[in-house]
This record gives sequence, C-alpha cells and structure tokens, in this order.
Amino acid sequence: MEVVLVSSLNGLVYGMLLFMLASGLTLIFSMMGVLNFAHASLYMLGAYFAYDVSRTIGFWPALVVAPVMCGLVGAVVEVYGLRRVHKNGHIAELLFTFGVAFIIDKAVQMIWGLLPVPYRVPSALDFTLFTVYGTNFHAYRAFMLLISAGMFVAIWLLLTRTRIGLVIQAALTHPEMVGALGHNVPRVFTIVFVGGAMLAGLAGVIGGNYLVTEPSMAFTMGPIVFVVVVFGGLGSLAGCFVASLIMGLVQTFAVVFDVSLATVLAGVGLAVTPATPFAEFLTIPLPRIGALLPYLMLVLILLFKPRGLMGTRDT
Amino acid sequence: MMNLRRSPSIVFTIALCIVLSASPALAQGTIKIMYTDPLSGPFAQVGDQNLKQFKYILDYINGKGGALGKKFEIVAFDNKSQPSEALLALKSATDQNMPIIMQCSGSNIAAALIDGVDKHNERNPTNRIVYVNCGAVATELTNEKCSFWHYRMDAHVGMKAETMVRALPKDITRIYLLNQDYLFGQSVQHDVKAFLAKLRPDVKIVGDELIPLGKIKDFSPYVTKIKAAGAQALLTGNWGPDMTLLIKAGMDAGLDVRYYTMYAHLGGGATAIGPGGNGKVRSVMPFHENIAVETKKADTEEWTRSFRAAHNFDFYAAGFRTIFEFIQAAMNKAGSADPLKVAQALEGMTITDMLGYQVTMRKEDHQILSEYFVGVFTKGVKYDSEGTGLGWKTEVTVPAKELAQPTTCNMKRPTS
Repeated sequence: MEVVLVSSLNGLVYGMLLFMLASGLTLIFSMMGVLNFAHASLYMLGAYFAYDVSRTIGFWPALVVAPVMCGLVGAVVEVYGLRRVHKNGHIAELLFTFGVAFIIDKAVQMIWGLLPVPYRVPSALDFTLFTVYGTNFHAYRAFMLLISAGMFVAIWLLLTRTRIGLVIQAALTHPEMVGALGHNVPRVFTIVFVGGAMLAGLAGVIGGNYLVTEPSMAFTMGPIVFVVVVFGGLGSLAGCFVASLIMGLVQTFAVVFDVSLATVLAGVGLAVTPATPFAEFLTIPLPRIGALLPYLMLVLILLFKPRGLMGTRDT
Repeated sequence: MMNLRRSPSIVFTIALCIVLSASPALAQGTIKIMYTDPLSGPFAQVGDQNLKQFKYILDYINGKGGALGKKFEIVAFDNKSQPSEALLALKSATDQNMPIIMQCSGSNIAAALIDGVDKHNERNPTNRIVYVNCGAVATELTNEKCSFWHYRMDAHVGMKAETMVRALPKDITRIYLLNQDYLFGQSVQHDVKAFLAKLRPDVKIVGDELIPLGKIKDFSPYVTKIKAAGAQALLTGNWGPDMTLLIKAGMDAGLDVRYYTMYAHLGGGATAIGPGGNGKVRSVMPFHENIAVETKKADTEEWTRSFRAAHNFDFYAAGFRTIFEFIQAAMNKAGSADPLKVAQALEGMTITDMLGYQVTMRKEDHQILSEYFVGVFTKGVKYDSEGTGLGWKTEVTVPAKELAQPTTCNMKRPTS
C-alpha cells in the first residue's frame, strides 16, 4: 500500500514534468503542424538561462526572465527561419528544426562547457514538505506540480476563452479566411511559436534544477516528449495532459512491480523453465524494460488509434 | 576559384602546409603519442578533460627531460565513441610511425584496438605499435583477451568491485545493487556479487536491479523500491546522469543509505551531487586531491594545486601521471623508442608513483597493480571539489598487493 501511494506521487510529479515540456510542443505541433525537433533544445536553453539569471538576480526573477529569453530565441528562429521555410512544406520545416536543435546543442556546449552546471533549487523551496511512510516529499516537487497545473489551466483558458485563442484556432484550419478578415496570419504563427518556446523555457527553469543541468539533457528528454504528444493526440491539450500522466505513472509503476511474462504464465498454471522456448525473453523483469514501455505504447496507439488518445486530426 | 587565381601565394602556402605536415613524426624531435577518445558528442567531456590533464602532466615530464633526450607530444584523434573511428586513429598513428597509442574510455573500443594492434604488428614487424589502455576496464581485456601489445594502466572492474566490497563497514549487512544494463554494468553486478560471497558472506543482497543505460530521467520509483527493501547501502557502477540523478533523487526523498559508486569522483559528479551529499556518497578511486594532504606529500599537493589554479575542474588523474612515468622509464631503460623494446621494458616494471606507492606492471597479463582508495564526499577537507565546499576524504586504502587478483591470461610473446 505504502509503495503504491509513494509511487503514485512519484508518477504524478514525473508526469507533470513531462506535461510542462510537452504542452509547448503540442501547442506548436497542433497549431502550426510543425514537429519542432528543437523543442527539447529550447528546454535546455531555459535551464541554462535560468542558471545564469538565478546566479545574478535570483531564482524568482529567473522564473520570468529565462522563459522570455527562450521566447526571443524562438522569435528569431520563427521570423528569420521557419517563416521562409514554411512555404516549402512540412518536411522542410521538420528538417529545419532538426538542424536548429544541433546548433543550439553545440552552442550550449561552447558557452557553458561540457560539465553539469551547479543550478540548484532555491533555498526557499529546499525543505521537506511532508513525509509519507518515511519518504520525504520535497517542497520543490509540490512547486513543480503547482506550476504545471497552472500552465494547463492558463493555456486552456487562453485558447478557448480569449480572442487571440480563437484567431489562432481559426488560422490553423482557414488561414486565407482569417487573413481576409484582416488578421496577420504569419504574426499569429509567430505568437504561437514564441509561446511554445516560452513554455519550453519555463519547463527548463523548473526541470533544470530538479534534474541536472548538463549538455545532454535535451538529447535524453527529447524522444519521450514526442511520444507524449503523439500518444495524447494532435491538437488536443487535454490529450497531452492525460498522456503525460499516463506515461509518468506507467514508467513509475513498471519499476516497482518485479514481474515478468513468466510470472503471468505461472499464474495460469504454465511454468517457465530454462528449457522453455524464449525463456530468456519470458523471464525479463518488467523494471528492466520499463523505460521502453512508452515507445511500445506509441507503436500500439499508432497501429490501433492513429489519432492518439484525444486527437482531432491525423498525424 | 577566383580568389585562388588572383593570389598564387595562397596556393603556395597551402602546398607548403601539406608538404610540412607529411613529414615523419620522429624527425621533428618529439616522441609522438596517439590519443584517441570521444572529443565530440555526448561523451566529449571525458576526452576533453583527459587531454587537458595529459598536457599538464607532459609539461612536467618533458621538464624532467622527457625520454631519450626528446620531448613527448600528444596527438589527439576524435573516435566519436566508435570502434571503427578508433581503428582510423590506429592507422593514422602507424602511418606516422608513432610508438604508442592510448585510449581511455569504452571496453568495446579497447577490444577492437587490441585486435587491430595485434594484426597490424604481426603483419608489419618493422612498424609496430604499443597500445596503452588508460581506462577501459572490462576484466577480460587482461584475461581471455590479453595481448602482449596491450598494457592496462587502470584497475579493472574486478579490482574496483573488490575495493568496494572491502570498504563496506562491518555493520552494513543489507545492500542493494543497481547497475546499467550493458556490458560494464553487468560485469560490475557480477563481480560485486562474487566478492560479497567471498569476502562478506554475512551481507544480504536485498535488491538487484539493472536499468536501461541513460534512459531514466526520474529515479524516484527506484528510491521507493530501495527504501521498501530496507537497504543500508546502495552499490552502483552507474556513471554520468544515471549516477547523479539516482543520488539526487535519493537525497530529495531522504533515503537513508550509504552510496557506494565507482565514478562519483569524476568531473561533474561533485557539482551534480551538491552540498546535500555530505558524508553520504563514496567512490572507489585511484586518486583524489586530499590524499597528498593526508599522506603529507607536499610536492604532490603543490603540483595538483597548481593544476587547480589553471583549470576549471579538479585534477583527478594521478594514474595518468603514472602512465607517462612508466612510458618515460621504459624508453629510457630500453634506450630506444622501438615499440618491441619499450614493451619488453614495461613488462614487470615497478616504479614509485607521485603518492609514494610502489606500482607494478604485472608481467603475466599486463595489468597494472596500484593502490586504490575509497573516499567519502564530505565537508571539512582542504581541497573541495568543483567549488562545492565539499571534497573527498580517504576512508579506506587498499594496497596494491592485496588487489593482485589471479589472471587466466595465456600471453603469446613475439620472439623478435
């Protein structure tokens, strides 16, 4: 019981961290149709900006300044790069962001070096909030939950309850009409991209000190975020939210349950011995492949429900 | 093309450069040593730091006269963590008649290099090369796969595992193993278990886990499991983010265990662990900066201190200085840089390292036998690591002769 409770908390925290990253990506993906490969790199930039800013003027200003700096980087990328590439179709855009990701990664290595930087949790949040069965729940984790829940509500309200949100949604399906009504469609796209970049930056500020800020953090975080976005379904913020939580919980519980296919078979009366065909495969414990489960789920959902959990459009 | 036509001097300069760079290595009066490791990509930090320490050490060794009246020079070749690229480095080294190739990270690359060097030396008796392994630690490289041309100048996994087990205090009887699911992690897992059975039969293994290499972002679920298992110590061969994220998650959750690692002392480890790790994290290591303080070797202390002053990371590679002192001594003893003579001189050679210990290159399998330490990351030491205010303090010293594990090597030596 205590393991289940603690693991649920762990899964929730990890899922919400994934959501912070994935929300910006899904925003860009579903609004512009661009699968932004540089998203995880912007997340990394956010962490490094936050490290520099928090060293000089503190963590709390960094919470605002670092995402804005990421937004500026995003604006430059969109206005001077993506907008020109846009007319050549989605493949060109995808390859373009792929290149940008490499450039950002290399730039980070050159500016901040190859070693991890000492970006730490602010002392105001560096204490144990409460204890569950002897396991401490760190205040910073609660702060993460709060920020990411706030992000979800804010984005959702912005898209559905404000004028700019309606224009963005309309510009996606009927760009000519929106343009004819006097809205500047390219500018709408820029706003979306900058918004997505800022969300990635914010995730970096929060995730950088929760995890470790180092040059490979984009590379390790990138793939799982794509899985979340595709699994949740294109164009669906709620789907992205649900998918993040599912991924967080699945990975967490996979670690805790020491079972293999052999245990399952034993449950229905089939004993697996070393002589059984595929015994090696059948006895692999779940924790050992836990990190691969999201990718398995990605494959399955693309096979059986190509639009993802709550998607409204084809991938 | 327009520019080139207008300025023939550029063409001439380029041609001159090509001619100059093609001249043989020894003709320039230095002894060149090829060094190949990842210098780009996700593991670039390893090669980069090694190279900086090599340069510092070589300045010192060259200041002491180098070997045979010549100075040593390191030539770096990025192998991008690929065995095929490392073989290109070997080709480039033999093309330039370099007597030695060095490589430090990746046992799969080391295995490829051993094969490559063996074949090359057999086919080209007039142009041979010695392979100095400065950190590929798979145990079999000096056992089943041992070669006359391969000299391993670092403790192998079995020796590190034995050191770790020897360092476990008597009151720790419940331990948890967590390792990366690939060749290295699995051999740590295997060897630690073997030495526990041999040296500490009273210790109970309450958990034994393999994790996918570099895939886990959040270690909290593992921490929950370790806690539920009631472990007193966590033994891990994890390195890089797999190590730092694990320790970080453990400390955030208030997991009350001792962490025994093999790589927490390497660059970036102290930064990632941070002040919260005070007294909790231990590492199996060949050196740390406070050893010289503890053993009162003032000259060594001063030597590492001046490295600190000039670099943004700490000196961790006393073993590298031993390597170059071995090469220097072997060349001077052989009176030649000829690879066969150098190799023969290295066999069974004993020198005194910078900490004052006797270090031997064992003849049977070409495995270095040196002292090993287990340090604890703590406050109140003279030299802190990476500006964290905490540094390493020796807890256990295992002398070289106690780490002389038996070998299965059946060495074939060239006759001429």
